[in-house]
Amino acid sequence: MSAQMLRVTEIEALSPLVKRFRFEHPGGKKLPLFSGGAHVVVEMPDGDLLRRNAYSLISDPQDGSGYEIAVRREDGGRGGSRFMHANVSQGDTLRISTPLNLFALDARARKHVLIAGGIGITPIIAQMRQLLRMQDRFEIHYAARSRSEAAGLRLLPRLPHIHSHISDEGDRMDLGAILDRQPIGTHVYTCGPEGLITAVAQCAARLGWPRGSLHSEVFLAPPPGRTFEVTLAKSGRTVTVGPHQSLLEALEEAEVDIDWSCRGGACGRCETDVVSCHGRIEHNDHWLSEDEHSSQTKIMPCVSRFRGRELIIDR
Amino acid sequence: MTLQFNDETFRDDYSYHNSPDAIRRFPFPFDKDDYMYAVNMEPHGSGRAGSPFENRFDVDEHYVAEMRDREITLKEDPLRCQSLPHMELAGWDLLELIMEAKSEDYPELFSLHRDGDRWHWINRPLGIDHKFTFLDPTTLPYGPMEYITRQAQGDFAVLDQRDGNLWMEAGMVTSQADWSLDFDIGMNFFEWHAPVPLAHEMGIFQRALKFLLAIQQDAPSRRLNWTMTVNPRLDTSPENYHKWGPEKRTLTPENVGEKQYLRVELQTFFRLPRSNGLAFPIRCYLISLQDLVTVPKWGRRLHRVIRDLPDELAEYKGFTVNRPLIVEYLSRFDDGKPTSPGIFPDE
Ligand code: HEM
Ligand code: FES
Repeated sequence: MSAQMLRVTEIEALSPLVKRFRFEHPGGKKLPLFSGGAHVVVEMPDGDLLRRNAYSLISDPQDGSGYEIAVRREDGGRGGSRFMHANVSQGDTLRISTPLNLFALDARARKHVLIAGGIGITPIIAQMRQLLRMQDRFEIHYAARSRSEAAGLRLLPRLPHIHSHISDEGDRMDLGAILDRQPIGTHVYTCGPEGLITAVAQCAARLGWPRGSLHSEVFLAPPPGRTFEVTLAKSGRTVTVGPHQSLLEALEEAEVDIDWSCRGGACGRCETDVVSCHGRIEHNDHWLSEDEHSSQTKIMPCVSRFRGRELIIDR
Repeated sequence: MTLQFNDETFRDDYSYHNSPDAIRRFPFPFDKDDYMYAVNMEPHGSGRAGSPFENRFDVDEHYVAEMRDREITLKEDPLRCQSLPHMELAGWDLLELIMEAKSEDYPELFSLHRDGDRWHWINRPLGIDHKFTFLDPTTLPYGPMEYITRQAQGDFAVLDQRDGNLWMEAGMVTSQADWSLDFDIGMNFFEWHAPVPLAHEMGIFQRALKFLLAIQQDAPSRRLNWTMTVNPRLDTSPENYHKWGPEKRTLTPENVGEKQYLRVELQTFFRLPRSNGLAFPIRCYLISLQDLVTVPKWGRRLHRVIRDLPDELAEYKGFTVNRPLIVEYLSRFDDGKPTSPGIFPDE
């Protein structure tokens, strides 16, 4: 995973829970460009822990002068976002990975419809900037509960094809109406809670959309859970995974060599074979197939957990 | 080191040749005495000094002659270069990648000056001095991919990434080992690999694809592939099989060392920033068996690899007819001694 140390040059509150961070190269060097939908992994040295969280880039993909992300404070989460909110100040330097895109625009589309719920607006912001620059046809539908929580409003320009739906003002997003009147060759991109993605998929299926025209990104942070133990087949060692730690983080702490990229169950890099399993793997990834999930022969350590007597993995 | 470019041909009189230095730096593909398909990927860039792995794009003594050969092939068959409409941005990405890499790695041969979107590119070996506007195709004589790959050795496939797969939707392919861009265009990773024996059952393509989908910018990878070609011919395409296929029958015990070439492909993988596409340059290196056996380790090892190669692979690579001749010739350079690990010659 290639990465570099970047300096925090701006921090701005977009809403009570969401802050925008801007990173630049300390020597003023240009950063690699990227494409809309890409994310970076931010390393956070938090005491003895090294946290690594993935965040979508919201800045202009064609602007190498800096990277920007928006971080929502998740008080029930594992602490990465709280660290960003409480411990990171302007002038600090953090290690930031090179961007990777697992949620790219489809260049063949005649039109793009971007649908975002809550903090899921972040990758869509960079996609919008790319579409504006390429002068492609698009529209955005952004749903949020209340105006004060809607951090995305500060990032979206006022344009006739950019729509915000604030539910406590009685404006609920009507997916049927949005999807029903699109020209042939339109692609739809959804980012937000699982429920929104499912709703878009179901509505599109009902209206006869081809599946290849639907794209989505579930923004997955490793969910917390109960403490569990995992045995490593190669060394015979046992690793304990704490409630706010992922198995991947526990393996890294134990200095086990393991590849990763998205840390969100989407890229496949951390895929690990299960040697034996007495219990249930809590699969939280979007990478393995249903068969692989139910056969319990593989695990994605970045997001998945275990409950039971014994789990031996091929590491 | 200043490069001398060879005056040579890859067709008709086949005057292609390797200097002693080119022989020593040849990318010999076998790190042990046997061979089977594997997900043989490793990081690319800043490899061993002097080797073809030193720079992102290797420029060697064959550069000018290879570009001349590409021009001939393209004139006869323009469909060797194709780019579907949505791949233009990826073409610009590729142009930038190659121009940046070559001007940084070979400043005496290439230079690039950028003033915003106004670019000035100088390619001294090919005598090109050109000012153009980045992202404005009307300022180039060809599309961006075609423009830059007429100035870069090796074939290029440019892949679009979507739906968890890679799609071959642009390319410049004039020095291929018997596959066709015109046939493969629009196919995905599993479709264009369909003819390959054994590797599907071994799960190689599934694992390789997973790896490729997550290739990051600034972290290119490479692998080596190989086959056997009679005569130093770049254009061994299915379209022109009638020209080179019959040449396989011209091999004799007397001329095998001179006419039989080991053909090695240095395949690299680069993530493209703006388009999120993947560039797949396939650089072809040719060495005659008689040159190859001047490195004793390579002579010994190639003999063992070819002798013990599974029949399916020899059949797929198209040298079953000549295998006995090749093995017989190489056996003369194999004294049975052990070989050292790795691909490089012993000191
Ligand atoms: C995206 C990049 C790639 C492209 C565009 C590509 C393209 C091709 C093509 C066109 C062929 C010839 C198939 C035919 O007979 O028509 C081929 C063969 C093959 N490819 Fe790939 N390939 C790629 C990546 C890979 C990777 C990562 C592997 C890793 C294992 C791989 C393994 C092979 C093998 C083993 C063969 C058979 C070669 C031989 O025996 O000569 N390819 N590839
Ligand atoms: S790191 Fe991407 S799936 Fe685990």
